Amino acid sequence: MNWDAWLPLLVILSSLLPGLIIFALAEERVRLRTVLNLSGALIKLALVGWMLWGVYNGNHYETRLALLPNLDLVLRAGPLSLFFVTLSAVLWMVTTVYAIGYLEGSPHRSRFFGFFSLCVTTTVGVALAGNLITFLLFYELLTLATYPLLVHRGTEAARRAGRTYLAYTIFGGALLLLGTAWLYSITGTLEFAPQGGFLNGIGKEHHPALIIIFILLIAGFGVKAALVPLHGWLPKAMVAPAPVSALLHAVAVVKAGAFGIVRVVYDVFGVEFAADLGVTGPLAWLAAFTIIYGSLRALFQDDLKRRLAFSTVSQVSYITLGVAIAGPIATIGGVVHLVHQGLMKITLFFCAGNLAETLGIHKISEMNGVGRRMPWTMAAFTIGAFGMIGAPPIAGFITKWYLGLGALEVGQDWVIFVLAGSSLLNAAYFLPILHRAWFQEPPDAWPEEHNFGRKETAWALLLPPVLTAILALAVGLLVTLPFSPLEWAKLIAAREFYQP
Amino acid sequence: MGAMFTTIPWASALILLPLAGGMICFLWPRMVNALGLITVFATALSVIGLGWQIINDGVYHHPIGGWGAPLGIDLYADGLSLLMLSMTALVGICISIYSTAYFKREHTTRFWPLWLFLLGALNALFLSADIFNVYVTFELMGLAAVALVALAGGRDALGGAMRYLLAALLGSLAYLLGVALLYHGFGTVDIALLSQRVEPSPVLWATLGLMSAGLLLKTALFPLHFWLPPAHASAPAPVSALLSALVVKASFYILLRLWLEIFEPVVDDKSVASLLGLLGAAAVIWGSVQALRQTRLKLLIAYSTVAQIGYLFLAFPLAAAAGVTAWSAAVYLAVSHALAKAAMFLAAGNLIHFGGHDRIADLDRVVQRLPLTAGAFALAGVSIMGLPPSGGFIGKWLMLEAALTQERWDLVAVMILGGLLAGAYIFKVLGYAFTQADITHESKTVPASMEWAALLLAMGAILLGFLAVPVLSLVGIGDPFGVSEVRP
Amino acid sequence: MSTAFLYALVGMGLFSLGLYALIVHTHLLRKILALNVMGSGVFLVLVALAKRTGEIQPDPVPHAMVITGIVVAVSATALALTLTLKLNEETGRAELPDEQRESH
Repeated sequence: MNWDAWLPLLVILSSLLPGLIIFALAEERVRLRTVLNLSGALIKLALVGWMLWGVYNGNHYETRLALLPNLDLVLRAGPLSLFFVTLSAVLWMVTTVYAIGYLEGSPHRSRFFGFFSLCVTTTVGVALAGNLITFLLFYELLTLATYPLLVHRGTEAARRAGRTYLAYTIFGGALLLLGTAWLYSITGTLEFAPQGGFLNGIGKEHHPALIIIFILLIAGFGVKAALVPLHGWLPKAMVAPAPVSALLHAVAVVKAGAFGIVRVVYDVFGVEFAADLGVTGPLAWLAAFTIIYGSLRALFQDDLKRRLAFSTVSQVSYITLGVAIAGPIATIGGVVHLVHQGLMKITLFFCAGNLAETLGIHKISEMNGVGRRMPWTMAAFTIGAFGMIGAPPIAGFITKWYLGLGALEVGQDWVIFVLAGSSLLNAAYFLPILHRAWFQEPPDAWPEEHNFGRKETAWALLLPPVLTAILALAVGLLVTLPFSPLEWAKLIAAREFYQP
Repeated sequence: MGAMFTTIPWASALILLPLAGGMICFLWPRMVNALGLITVFATALSVIGLGWQIINDGVYHHPIGGWGAPLGIDLYADGLSLLMLSMTALVGICISIYSTAYFKREHTTRFWPLWLFLLGALNALFLSADIFNVYVTFELMGLAAVALVALAGGRDALGGAMRYLLAALLGSLAYLLGVALLYHGFGTVDIALLSQRVEPSPVLWATLGLMSAGLLLKTALFPLHFWLPPAHASAPAPVSALLSALVVKASFYILLRLWLEIFEPVVDDKSVASLLGLLGAAAVIWGSVQALRQTRLKLLIAYSTVAQIGYLFLAFPLAAAAGVTAWSAAVYLAVSHALAKAAMFLAAGNLIHFGGHDRIADLDRVVQRLPLTAGAFALAGVSIMGLPPSGGFIGKWLMLEAALTQERWDLVAVMILGGLLAGAYIFKVLGYAFTQADITHESKTVPASMEWAALLLAMGAILLGFLAVPVLSLVGIGDPFGVSEVRP
Repeated sequence: MSTAFLYALVGMGLFSLGLYALIVHTHLLRKILALNVMGSGVFLVLVALAKRTGEIQPDPVPHAMVITGIVVAVSATALALTLTLKLNEETGRAELPDEQRESH
């Protein structure tokens, strides 16, 4: 029992301590830094695996520290939080390997990996937060930890992108702070409560205030989740190095926002109460609009990373949509997309990074015939892209299937059109890329080619996307295994959201 | 051991040690760094001793020489005094360590005696039980502080010092006239006795006006802040840190004490509290906007102080219905600001030492070249912005809570807007810390002690974010805020 | 009573006069003098109010305060004069310089 109370904190420390030590390391201590990074990642994975097994068997892990009189800092490992923690832990591991390869020989690596570890630490904190103030704390820390990664290159463009990012996120943070403090002044508690939130039985006279608080909280999280019209920072943040983009889009920032929306709807308001207040409907519409808008914008980008960024804007809103439809099956679809989108999008960003690092390709118009030069990378890219489109049996298909079924279950038939339209648009902006890469003639020379001998690129750059692509395929194929994301999402829905 | 520890008159030591140390520094100017450091550490030890006494035995009350009020001088220390003394000791230690490396040889002989006198005056002020004693400590503090500002020499520093001196003296005289009227009206200068005797009368209103005006001028509350930016920006870095962190807090502390003990119980009218809150709100906005407009780092930090002082005064209109929460918020903000702002000024000192200038746009990759200093500035910035986890966040959260329970949306809006503006000006600095400047300057190495002193203070401000429960229970000793409020 | 009250009123008058002069004049010597006039006003109030109603012996406490106050005023004036001289050396004028310039 003693150990159980400290496990969530240990998970946090497993990346925090290596990060802090790495800050102090001299630039040329490459090996020690790598050992620290990887051992931290492995320890975290082991701890998470242990807790997964425990939670599956009904155990309970909670760390509680006093933050203010009557208000604690709570880290709690339940099915939902572990879902997100596992995603972060696995993808952190992969991204660390990728970043080591990507940044080889570039300056300021101690600083980079230090903040990289802090970034994962705060993401895991967001996942484990057991009440709204702990969530807020880690959510703000995430902003601070990602900023140095974004401006890492120190160029004027990076500084401007960083400024845009902060303008959005600090504003979002302020809304969140206001919403949280207001909620606390009404309820006197902020503890997440599965099975219906903690606002049950609150007087009717507070309902108008609660609607405003809901808007404040969703707007605060919507900034990071890139809900239109709060998405402007995401495409601009593309100046960051590729591993950072991968982390931002698949693990840390946008996911923290989406996860926050899940928490607000299910563990703060409770989905039934939120539906009674009439706030889930508009949220669903906003998510649907974001899905279509992001896809449309993606269609017209020639810069590969920008196209992927708008694709993220669109895809992350599937999570919000699934939550806002407010039915058990749609919820499973939304929640499982946390992991599915992560696996697919990180694959795509890794591949984009490989193209840029190996051949100097940044634009889609430069991608003619690149499949022949880098077959493995482009194979992984293809899996990711088909997953995004929703082709079976890749992960994305599962999401769309459950979202569609869930919407029909509660009589929200219009969602089917959104899903179909979005899939068409996804196909429209991904298939031309694939066509170019595989079926067009390669040019005589690539924009800026680096030679890696007989390999198409460095091992550390090639293995991560291949691995995540295989995972994206596997979670689609092996949906019925007990620990597959889908099964776990069903467990979450059963244990935390809807009483059986 | 425990018994011996509690019988030593630690409170007297807190005043006598620095004053004596300051004198000794005149006698042995060659050993002035060592003497100064020893004195500051011994003073800090006395704070621990006094803290031990207060935690074990409750409120500390000591009539010097056995005379007692109303004739003699009394020392009084409760949880609030202890917190202020601890803040002074902590900030003082870091700034002292910094100063041993910062000042050139010939400046140390002037800096140390003045700083030790200032320390003695601050400690005496936080221990004062009567309002005339406070006047004397104000003057000692003011004169030492003005001389410290002038230490840098040159047009800007001398002008800043002169402006500061005139403002400080004017404030003191207004305060002293208030003391005269209070004594005339109620026949004592002892705060505890006054709080029993005061009753609404024209004399009390006149006193309230005079004393508040004097103290607000000293605290640099908008629009009486005009003297602060030139003085704080032109002083040597450790002096700027002392002034922004501690000296303005001293007059705020006295205002708070007088308000709680003498004025609040008898002043029925809400208009004074509302006015203070309004000025505080104006200070938050005005100071933040001015900070954002600055192109020089030290002026930016100085205007940020103007804004942060504003937050403290938001507690006045909120206190009527949420006393303990609002006052706890103000005190927590004051202490967090002390640590964070001292760290910022020290970091600015490092940057000036390093690059020879404090133009924000030309900071030139200091994140990489001076990482500890950049880290100190960033961590201090987190607290100033009120982001979690930091002391600034705890203070802001409590203040928000007090405002929200009373539905004071105007004050809520000010706090949120102030936080956004603070984010803008802090990250304006940090953004340029990553980029390369057009013109590169020659750089000098910064001694490690200077970098670490700044970083330690900044980490203290962050750490305060986790210590709210013990600190607030400590402040509760002697019940300085009264028990008029039932928490939700 | 009335004499004491008169003195107190004169003290208040001196305080106000000094305040006016402090704000209006730019020459530092005048500003310092103005502060001293204000100080004298406060001391006059203190001494006057020391003679409390119905008592033959005047109250000694305000007198002690005045003595302390005078000591403080002397030191403050000395510091102010030194600063004025230094400023005069630096800028050639015995006035407050303009606000700090933005760039050097």
